[in-house]
Formats: sequence, C-alpha cells, structure tokens
Amino acid sequence: MQNSQIISIKNMKKQFPMGKGKFTALKNIDLTFDRGEFTGIVGPSGSGKTTLLNVIGSLDSPTEGKVITLGESIGALSHKKAANLRNKHIGFIFQTYNLLPVYTVYENVEFPLLLLKMPASKRKKAVLDSLEWLGLTDKIKSRPGQLSGGECQRVAVARAMVKIPEVVLADEPTANLDAENSHNILKMMVKLNKELKTTFIFATHDEKVIQYLRRQVVLKDGKVVNIKN
Amino acid sequence: MLSLKLAYKNLIGAGLRTWLNVIVLSFSFVIIIWNKGLLNGWNEQAKRDMIDWQIGGGQYWQKDYDPYDMFTINESHSVIPDGISDDIQNGLLTPILINTATIYPEGRMQNVLLKGILPEQKILKLPTDKLQKNSDEISILIGSRMAESNKLQVGDYFTIRWRDANGTFDAADAKVVDIFHTNVPIVDQGKIWLSLEQLQKMLQAPNEATMLITENNSVEKEEISGWVFRGHDYLLKEMDNLIKMKSVGGSIFYGILLALALLAIFDTQILSIFRRQKEIGTEIALGMTRWQVVRLFTVEGAMYSVFAAILAAIYGIPLLTWQAKVGLAMPEGTDDYGLPIAKSIFPSYSIGLVIGTVLTIFIATVIVSYLPAKKISKMNPTDAIKGKIQ
Repeated sequence: MQNSQIISIKNMKKQFPMGKGKFTALKNIDLTFDRGEFTGIVGPSGSGKTTLLNVIGSLDSPTEGKVITLGESIGALSHKKAANLRNKHIGFIFQTYNLLPVYTVYENVEFPLLLLKMPASKRKKAVLDSLEWLGLTDKIKSRPGQLSGGECQRVAVARAMVKIPEVVLADEPTANLDAENSHNILKMMVKLNKELKTTFIFATHDEKVIQYLRRQVVLKDGKVVNIKN
Repeated sequence: MLSLKLAYKNLIGAGLRTWLNVIVLSFSFVIIIWNKGLLNGWNEQAKRDMIDWQIGGGQYWQKDYDPYDMFTINESHSVIPDGISDDIQNGLLTPILINTATIYPEGRMQNVLLKGILPEQKILKLPTDKLQKNSDEISILIGSRMAESNKLQVGDYFTIRWRDANGTFDAADAKVVDIFHTNVPIVDQGKIWLSLEQLQKMLQAPNEATMLITENNSVEKEEISGWVFRGHDYLLKEMDNLIKMKSVGGSIFYGILLALALLAIFDTQILSIFRRQKEIGTEIALGMTRWQVVRLFTVEGAMYSVFAAILAAIYGIPLLTWQAKVGLAMPEGTDDYGLPIAKSIFPSYSIGLVIGTVLTIFIATVIVSYLPAKKISKMNPTDAIKGKIQ
C-alpha cells in the first residue's frame, strides 16, 4: 500500500442472510482511496452504497475479500479494535443526523472527544473551534430538537470533524436538507477537506452532492460499474 | 467515569421519565426502612418490657420446673440455697414461688397461677411494694387484663382455693390491693401476685421458691446446685421467633413493593433500548464498544437507585425521624393479642438497616438494568443506526 493510499478493497463480497438464503449486497469490489480524496460512491437506492461505507468504516465486515482501512484489516478486527479505529480515525455523518437528543450542541460535538479521553481544556478548545468552523457558536446550548435540519447536519459535521479524523464517511448527508442548506454544508466540507486534508467519502445519489465530488465510484446492483475522475 | 458522566446526562435529559422512576423507587427505600424500623422498634420494646416485667437479667429455675407442664408445677420448688441470701438481700436476686390455684370472683371460677414475690424487690417493674407484709389478710396484685376479664377492682375480695405442699386443699379470701398495667400480657393474664412469705405460708413451703430472677445488670451468673440458669437467649427465644415470622411477612410486603419499583425500571430499560436504538448505533459508530454501551445503560439504571436514595433521604429522614420520636399508636385491642405490644411503637433505625436496604435496592437495580442492556451487545450497529427494531 502506498503512503497516500488509506483504504484498499480487494475482491470484496458482502452477503446478508435473507430467509433461508443469502442476499448479495456487494460483489467483486476492488477499490482504493487516497488521502485527501473528496469522493462519492454513487448509485441508485439499493445499489450497496451504505453497505460499502459501513464496511469501510468497520461497522460491518466483509463476507469475502479484504478491506484495509488505515492499515487495519476490517474482517479481522475485534469489536474493541474496530471501535478504537472508528473512535480515533473515522468520522461519520448520517442522513438523519443521528444527534444524541438529550445532549446540547456542545455536548454532542464533545462526545467523540470524551471517548478519546482528551483533557478537558484541550477538549473545550477543539469543540469551540469545530463549532466556529461550522458557524454554530450561537447554538452551543441548544438541543437537537431546537435546531433546523441544516443546523442539525452542521452539528453532525462538527461532531465528525472535531477530532480531525483521517476519513469522514458521509451517508446521504444532504438527503433531508433543502438546496441552500445542502450547498452550505458541502462548501464547508470542501473547505475542511482542503484545509485539514481529511478524506471525505460520500454515499449519495443526490445531484447536489455529485457536482462537488472530485471522483465518483458508480455502483449498480452491488458492483462497481464505473469510476469517474 | 465516562459512563457515570454520560449516564447522568442521559437521565437528567430524559426528564419526567427519570423522575417518575426515581419517585417510585424512593418510596421503596422509605417504606422498607420504615417497615423494618417498626419491627426493630417493636422487637426492642418488647424485649425491654419482657426484661423489665418478667425475666430480669435471666432466671434460675428449680431443676424440675417446666412452665409448660401444669401437672408438675406445684412440685417444682425447693428451698432457697443459703449461699444466695446475701444476693437476695442486696437486690441482686429475687425468688418467686409459683403454684396453681382456682379463684372464684363473683361466683365464677378461673384457674390461675399464684406467684409469690418479695414486696421489697426492685428487679421487676411490678408494683410489689403495694403488697402488705405481715398481714393476716391475703393482699394481691393483678394486671389490668386480669381485672377486666374478672370484673375486679381495687378493694374487691374473692376466694382463692389451692393445694398446699402436702396436697391438701385450702381456701381463703384475698383482697385486690392494686391493679397494674403492663405491655407484657404473660405477667398479667391468669396471674395473681402476692407476697412470697404469704404464699410460702399458704403452701406450707417455708423458704421455698420455683425460680430466682437475677438483676438485669449483674454480670456473673454463678452455678447454683439444683437450679438451672436460663439466660435472655433462652427466655426471649419465642419473642425472637415471633419477630422473625413478622419479618418474613414484612419481607414479602416489601419484596412486592421493591418488585414493582424494579419492574418500572426494567420496563423503562426495555423501552429505552427499543426507543434509543438509533442512539445506541450512533454511539457505537462514534467509537464506543458494545460493552461500553451496555455499561452505560446499566449505569443509567443503577443511577436511578442513587437518585432515589438521595430523594428518599430528602423527605425520608425528616419523616422517619419524626415517626421515631412520636411513635406509631397501636389500635385499641392490641392488649388482647397476647403479645408484648406497647400503646405506641417507636421505630428504631440502625445504620446497618439503612445501608443494607440501600445496598439491596442498588444491587437489585443494577441487575434489572443489566439484563435488558445485555441485549445491546447482540445488536447489529448498522441496523441500530437506522433505528431498525431488532
């Protein structure tokens, strides 16, 4: 693996049990992702985008083949090691934001740093910096229920970015946002990608996202059918 | 530490749901402690009363004496040993002579036990100083229950018939000189108290006694030939057994109460795990291990008991302290239960009782919180993130 290459997928297959048989969600996947990429896995619903993102992010493991994320073989990772990999190096952004409802904006963004056991003073600075990047300093004490969709997704981005991960995996991040909010969020991500050299991998079929991508991996029926640079 | 911090935030954030569980659980704390404290208080009061009124610091029984055998009771007395006369004079021992008899108050007939006791004794609380010494008339003391059941009043006379040591029947009139009230029915119901000397004369058993009651604080219980010492352990055994039985009944009551409170927590935990699947999935995605999430949910559940203990302390301490001061008035008629029950029972709370109750509830809460939380370890995080019910 070259230095710039941070994710490598070889002949990967992912199946799920379905009734008495198995459903193949992904097959013959061979891909690599380099550091600093701003890439999207695109394709229609059910094409396997989210599954691929989940396997890359160690939330799931491949049925066959090899997936190496940041030097760790995903299939061979224990629950604990996978959690450690996600905790230290991967940020997640979800379609439905997945903010913790009883926490304030500040506490939501602080959460990954608490898991990293970062000292309080350093943690506070990182959270405030992250909220400032995303323009959320006036919402620090708000709870998710008091925010708009766009604001919630900005909080989710801040939470993903606060630990300055090597990879951010964003699953349909603009699906619940209007056009203006979508562009704002994406512009912020582009900026973060440039400034922090964080790799962004999207799972999307949203044209608004696609126009920002520098590379597109097109999936159809669980197979890579095209890669557009 | 992280689990504690997050659990605290989650519970505070959950608002009313948390406080409802905490309030219900705090009732369990207070009611269990109150209930056990009441039994402890009764136990202590009953034992204290029995010591004061009946058993003193323990009793030496004439070797043949068996309180449950009415056929041998009249033969179960012997001469008071010479060696203990100083102890009797110094108030460290008081002899009691017991014999069966029949009384005929207002033409009715009742079997009783005559109990001869030194009028000057101070070991038992009985007002024996009212008994007249050196009088030809038989003066007797009776308890209020005995007086009520036989419709006797101070100054009344009635006939007593007894058999003396030689087996000869004799009879005489006796005068009620005082009626005492005691919480210990056994010294009252069916008992006629008179002076030892008088009874010895009636039975033709000079200087004889059935038992020797020791002063409560006298430490050494020396062996006396022909007499068997019965200590508190032996004499209070029935009372202990009774309290134990009551405790079992009480345990069932507070077991039900605790079960209801724990059920509320169990239910909340189950509901939380279903409702908060998305949150669980997100926490796993953000880097928590499954066991960290299980621990978080278990700590959340256990924290209910901590909050409940704090709440229970806030309203329970003043309430229970007040109750311990004013006591709980017993209903009319408890005198007739045959148990040593005071007019008011004063609950007694020990540190052991409080700590024991808190620990029991805490451990039970941890267990009922852990059981549903264990399910999280089997959850598929990718489904959990989407909030899919698993």
